[in-house]
Amino acid sequence: MAVNLFKYSSPVTFYPLAGKLALLFGVAAVVLLGIGLYMSFFVAPTDYKQGEGYRIMFIHVPAAWMSMFIYVVMACWAAAGMIWRTRLSSMMASALAPTGAIFTFIALWTGALWGKPMWGAWWVWDARLTSELILLFLYIGFMALESAIDDPRRAARASGLLALVGVINVPIIYYSVQWWNTLHQGASIKMGGSGVESSMTEVMLWTMLIMTFACWSYTIAIALTRVRSIILEREGGTVWVKDMLQGSK
Amino acid sequence: MAEWFAMGGHGFYIWGSFGLSALFMIVETILVVRRKRTLLQRLGRMIRMNSEV
Repeated sequence: MAVNLFKYSSPVTFYPLAGKLALLFGVAAVVLLGIGLYMSFFVAPTDYKQGEGYRIMFIHVPAAWMSMFIYVVMACWAAAGMIWRTRLSSMMASALAPTGAIFTFIALWTGALWGKPMWGAWWVWDARLTSELILLFLYIGFMALESAIDDPRRAARASGLLALVGVINVPIIYYSVQWWNTLHQGASIKMGGSGVESSMTEVMLWTMLIMTFACWSYTIAIALTRVRSIILEREGGTVWVKDMLQGSK
Repeated sequence: MAEWFAMGGHGFYIWGSFGLSALFMIVETILVVRRKRTLLQRLGRMIRMNSEV
């Protein structure tokens, strides 16, 4: 059966779908966060080396993953918008940027609060930390550039180009712990030939994964709700919005 | 209970991490929901005004 993917690339058909999905993922985020936080504080055991402080990892690692992942997704939407000129694509890119910036800030903040008791320093200029800081500036630059240009099409092209150029920073962040001699430790989870390898116990690994799925669901719910606002802002005067609002009464 | 909150001396760092993350996520949710509600109200008003004329 052929599914027309471009059907949902139109704001008219996407708007109601986004509303249903946002609700679904919003509920999933609340449930997963509840389970994840319970496991973070009551199920996961005290670490033999880091004591209780390692529990910061349960928010730090998912936030750092999200900060990179959201950037890649955002850049893909920006690229799609530039290639196919679909108006929804650039709207998706701008809907993701603030949430990506928030997760980047959370990753830096929780990293500093972990670093102080463990390393004895809030901040060091090592490759991992510096490239993650650059990611925050890329998000802020993307949002600033977009809001500085009045014409939505030109704004999407300029900010989209910035997003695409900035993608180079993501593998730099990810591999920085291998390429350079960083104070930051290596990856917590590796995909090896024998499956998933991890330096953590199984309970810790599951807690981290559940927290990651929670952050994913949260991001999807927030971005979809935000994109609905962007659709309303840009297409508020059109007939389909009028029909939809009158029909919903 | 107080001992649990102290987190073996790491309480400040742990609650500072989770607290700010929770604050950001709650505030972002409120802002995003409010933005959409305000927009729908404004568009609804505009449609009513145009249909009365």
